[in-house]
Amino acid sequence: MAIRNALLALLADGPKHGYQLKVEFEAATGGSWPLNIGQVYTTLQRCARDGLVEPAEASGSDARQRRYQLTDAGREVLDAWLAAPVDRDPPQRDELAVKLLVVLAASAADPAVVIQAQRTATLERLQRLNQLARGADPADDLAWLLVADHLIFQAEAEVRWLDLCEQRLARAGHGAVAAAARRAVAAGRAGDRGEDAGGAAADAPRDAQPEAGGSR
Amino acid sequence: MSATMLQLNAVRRVFGTGRGETTALDGVSLSVAAGELVAIMGPSGSGKSTLLTLAGGLDKPTSGGVRVGDADLVRSDAEALATLRRRTVGYVFQDLNLLPTLTAVENVAVPLELDGASARAARREAHDALAAVGLAGLEDRFPDALSGGEQQRTAIARACVGPRRLLLADEPTGALDSLAGEQVLGVLRERADAGLAVVLVTHEARYAAWADRVVFLRDGRAQDQAGPPAGPETLLADSDVTP
Ligand SMILES: Nc1ncnc2c1ncn2[C@@H]1O[C@H](COP(=O)(O)OP(=O)(O)OP(=O)(O)O)[C@@H](O)[C@H]1O
Ligand SMILES: [Mg+2]
Repeated sequence: MAIRNALLALLADGPKHGYQLKVEFEAATGGSWPLNIGQVYTTLQRCARDGLVEPAEASGSDARQRRYQLTDAGREVLDAWLAAPVDRDPPQRDELAVKLLVVLAASAADPAVVIQAQRTATLERLQRLNQLARGADPADDLAWLLVADHLIFQAEAEVRWLDLCEQRLARAGHGAVAAAARRAVAAGRAGDRGEDAGGAAADAPRDAQPEAGGSR
Repeated sequence: MSATMLQLNAVRRVFGTGRGETTALDGVSLSVAAGELVAIMGPSGSGKSTLLTLAGGLDKPTSGGVRVGDADLVRSDAEALATLRRRTVGYVFQDLNLLPTLTAVENVAVPLELDGASARAARREAHDALAAVGLAGLEDRFPDALSGGEQQRTAIARACVGPRRLLLADEPTGALDSLAGEQVLGVLRERADAGLAVVLVTHEARYAAWADRVVFLRDGRAQDQAGPPAGPETLLADSDVTP
């Protein structure tokens, strides 16, 4: 869906053929999101079928050369996407959060060791991202720089979260936190989002609480 | 190999006595070479600022060794420490670094004049130091007419003038937004690349990532966390930047 909408957006300034869209998409996203050309053609065909794009006049009959333009319906879909905030609910499952919570729930390992190992890895990742961002020219590589910033903030958020987990664990004592995690897990199993799981359970990250009903 | 500029050896610092006793540092060893930027991270109260004050000769350890270049700070008397702070070690705090009644260039010139430079020579060098941190043109502003980021860069310029070889920065980005913080880090990084040994205390991992090494303090103990970083090439191969 994101790719479809992104391609519609790239058609906003005029008709383009598939390869051009692939190149423009990759440039726009700073090279961080390679697109398969087959995926582009399939998406365009689906959009054409749904009346969101149409072949531009005077474009050839060869599918590869065919240029597409937005229809009014396509423009509406695009405008609706642009006007609506990106929906973050339900939150994406995060493997790290789940890992830490199950470690706590079942005393599967020393949580401090898990936290430490992750923090080291994430800090190293931050260092590499930072090197990349520092090498970028703010004028020429703006797209890549914005992508790098995004990844940097995500990594930083993870480190902050790990720091906080560690401090909460230290303050609460492992037993209390493990009990809270077990309560949160039990509440999740009951289909409860955790509101009733008690004060200590609120310490567990909301986005990591297991939800009832299998994977997304 | 570059020369070691700062060397902490099994440093302990205990504040207070009896029931009020706090062990701020409990056997920390750390060495920082010329040209190296080392970040110190760790929870509040873990001893980061204590470590910097010891490294800067503002305080002495309960036990253990502290050397800056050839100087043994534990054995140095007050006068020798004052000279060290004036010539060799520069300090930048989170805020309130500048004298409000002096202009930017006058602030930067202070340590040089204290060290006996003529007003003229001091001013010239301060001028260059401000240019080096990207503040050419703002020399005659008073601190209250500088943004927080500009004030911090002025403070860094002041901490680097003269024959300074060790720069200690305690949360210099604390009150800044991301872009201003990044500029401050850029300046610290440049100073390190120009040959200073730099120690940065920060809570923010994204700033720590500018460092060659990150040292993590917890309960007064140190552990090396990360770095020196591998090449950035490894990163683009990560699958999580692709859909
Ligand atoms: N002059 C002092 N007298 C008594 N105790 C002190 C003194 N300076 C620091 N401490 C104690 O030593 C410990 C470490 O303090 P320090 O200021 O080094 O922490 P920090 O890591 O810099 O924390 P923060 O991130 O909050 O700045 C704390 O428990 C603090 O209360
Ligand atoms: Mg401090």
